[in-house]
Amino acid sequence: MTAALRFDPIRLPPECEQLRKEVRAFLAEEIAAGTFDPHQPNREDTDVPEFSRKVGARGWLGMTWPKKYGGHERSFLERYVVTEEMRVANAPTRRFFVADRQSGPVLLKYAPEHIKMEILPRICRGEICFAIGMSEPNSGSDLFAAKTRATKTDGGYLINGTKIWTSSAHIADYMIAIFRTSPPTKENRRHGLTQFLVKMKQPGIQVNPIGQITGQYEFNEVVFTDHFIPDDHVLGEIDGAWKQATSELAYERSGPERFLETYYVLTELVRAVGNNPDIRSAEGIGRLVAQVHTMRRMSVSVAGMLQAGKEPVVEASIVKDIGTIWEQQLPHRVRELAAFVEETATNRETLEKQLDFAIKTAPKLTIQGGTTEVLRGIIARGLGLR
Amino acid sequence: MAESDNIVAETAEKIFADLADAQTINRDKKDEWKAPLWQALTDAGLPLAWVSEDCGGSGASLAEGFSVLSAAGRFAVAVPLAETMLAGWLLAQAKIASPGGEMTVVPASPRDRITVNADGTLSGRARGVPFAKVAKHFAVLASDARGDLSIALVDAGKCRIESGLNLGGDPSDVVTLDKVQPVAIKPAPKGFDQARLMLMGGVARSLQIAGALESMLEISVRYSNERVAFEKKISKFQAVQHNLARLAGESAAALAAATSAADAIANATAFNDEVFLEAVAAKIRCAEAAEKGGAIAHQVHGAIGFTIEHILHRYSLRALAWRDDFGSDSYWAVELGKLVAQRGADELWPLVASR
Ligand SMILES: Cc1cc2nc3c(=O)[nH]c(=O)nc-3n(C[C@H](O)[C@H](O)[C@H](O)COP(=O)(O)OP(=O)(O)OC[C@H]3O[C@@H](n4cnc5c(N)ncnc54)[C@H](O)[C@@H]3O)c2cc1C
Repeated sequence: MTAALRFDPIRLPPECEQLRKEVRAFLAEEIAAGTFDPHQPNREDTDVPEFSRKVGARGWLGMTWPKKYGGHERSFLERYVVTEEMRVANAPTRRFFVADRQSGPVLLKYAPEHIKMEILPRICRGEICFAIGMSEPNSGSDLFAAKTRATKTDGGYLINGTKIWTSSAHIADYMIAIFRTSPPTKENRRHGLTQFLVKMKQPGIQVNPIGQITGQYEFNEVVFTDHFIPDDHVLGEIDGAWKQATSELAYERSGPERFLETYYVLTELVRAVGNNPDIRSAEGIGRLVAQVHTMRRMSVSVAGMLQAGKEPVVEASIVKDIGTIWEQQLPHRVRELAAFVEETATNRETLEKQLDFAIKTAPKLTIQGGTTEVLRGIIARGLGLR
Repeated sequence: MAESDNIVAETAEKIFADLADAQTINRDKKDEWKAPLWQALTDAGLPLAWVSEDCGGSGASLAEGFSVLSAAGRFAVAVPLAETMLAGWLLAQAKIASPGGEMTVVPASPRDRITVNADGTLSGRARGVPFAKVAKHFAVLASDARGDLSIALVDAGKCRIESGLNLGGDPSDVVTLDKVQPVAIKPAPKGFDQARLMLMGGVARSLQIAGALESMLEISVRYSNERVAFEKKISKFQAVQHNLARLAGESAAALAAATSAADAIANATAFNDEVFLEAVAAKIRCAEAAEKGGAIAHQVHGAIGFTIEHILHRYSLRALAWRDDFGSDSYWAVELGKLVAQRGADELWPLVASR
């Protein structure tokens, strides 16, 4: 028998519907006030600190965390609703999203108490931004080939080396990074890496923005030269980061952000086609809607597993694999379907601009957060093939 | 294989495991397995699972019946279990008692129409009716000149049946009714329409397709762990692993879409746009998964899977055939696209995120 894959039809409970209304009303107000333009997805690299603080003030950051750290002890399903509404509205979430999704949960699990008390409430207030320092110039998919060194010194560690592709490092207050504290062992080549909390904007850290084919500056090279990190900023087990880093990735892989990044082109296609579509447009739209609906049902199902305290590593990888391939193909399918849209469609210009941006975005979608090939390796392991 | 949700599904699962083992069936050229299987299913009350006890059935819930269909898909059984269940369900909508024996529903395509004549007889033609050839009775949905719908029980012997076979080799027939006097006929309940019947059939097929994909994944993984090439099990080749990971993805997507739709229908208080989306999306997505997943299963099996001797075709061809019943994925994609267009761009996300 193979691993039984189950995606139970989890339904969002009534409190989620109430919350969804509140989030939509909030976003509508912010759009009306000119905080952001829902038709402009390429504002991802602009940083809107006031928006983050407002989201924090609403209680929509750290939603599942304990109250004593500023959290709200709400469910993963409630968090799910907030995330998907923000994504679909193209809200500027860059400043807080990584901290809320990933870094906060890592701190909750592995940081010393005084650091949790200091930092988590600030994440919940939307005040601080986090970056993830895993990749290095010669270590991407092969995470455990990382070489950037943390050398023990009085009261802490000295860091030397380079991280790369680090999203938001240019605006980040903190980074959670893995550094090499020992060489790998013969038995375990994953051994020897340790996770650290890095305070950015300190001596010995230089951030060099790297331009992207979309025209954005979103990720960076981060060079460490004798940067000092105090002992109490070690997260978890010395030399044991490989266990921590892999469980962290489950949070990163199944959320609605993994199939909604180019969703806006579908909405704009429906607008351009109008309410009396020809058969070709109707069929094309119908298929795309059936696909996104199915992916969302899978993703909600995984959120339900997280809520139930499970670690759905394989299921999350399946959602990211199918979801990112879908969001990658979506702008191309929309382009095909839009080919015969009336020249007079009022949103034609918006649609064309969005397509241009989405097609340029597409290549990265199956790379960030673990490549397709890496995910399929994880799924294959889950099937008992490795 | 997924665990069963309930006692009804467990019963079905056990009967299939005992009497519908794919290997045995595949070797049995005379279809001798069919009669004992049907007898056991009947004894367990499964064909009339959706019919209340006072109408001659076993009164299982919609949800229980749906999980029987998932199990039937996992075994790809070629007996009219889904069809008889659907027929019983349709008749029950009009409180018509179900007779014993095999049944099927007419029409089985959203584009065919059966008419109630002024004298109360029925006329019309329906194509692609599954298992019409072996059915003793048909549950018919028909409309009169005013467009009012009726549900009727019809003796199959009174109809003309032209035999056909679907891709999987199961009966898929043309049924012609020429002024046929029904055994019983009653008005359909308010709000019931042909789309509703088609989508109930479509969800049944979606569950069967998802079940067949689960089995294809299972036998493909197993085979890859047995077959040796270049001195290694083929499961150790990364290219094969990635193909199987994709098959797992398609199987998971089909299962998620089909079980979500079944859950939506089982708990629906009204057949609104949200339930329509669930049912239609399942049919479309499962059809796509049947194509992509089936191709991978065959690839992994190499030539052996292409032989009539091997069981793979029992799953792969049936999953492909089921795409066409009760409206193809293309048909429903057009209907869904029209609905989305009519609601307008800003109402798309609220529809998708409605539950
Ligand atoms: C927009 C964006 C944002 C990012 N943000 C961050 C961030 O914030 N923090 C961070 O740490 N990283 C970040 N990354 C980096 C990302 O995680 C890596 O790019 C990714 O892990 C792949 O590593 P790589 O680019 O070195 O490619 P490589 O590992 O060199 O891979 C190149 C190709 O080879 C394939 N390959 C490699 N090994 C195998 C194998 N064993 N089997 C089969 N195929 C294989 C890969 O799948 C890929 O197709 C970001 C990347 C992008 C595009």
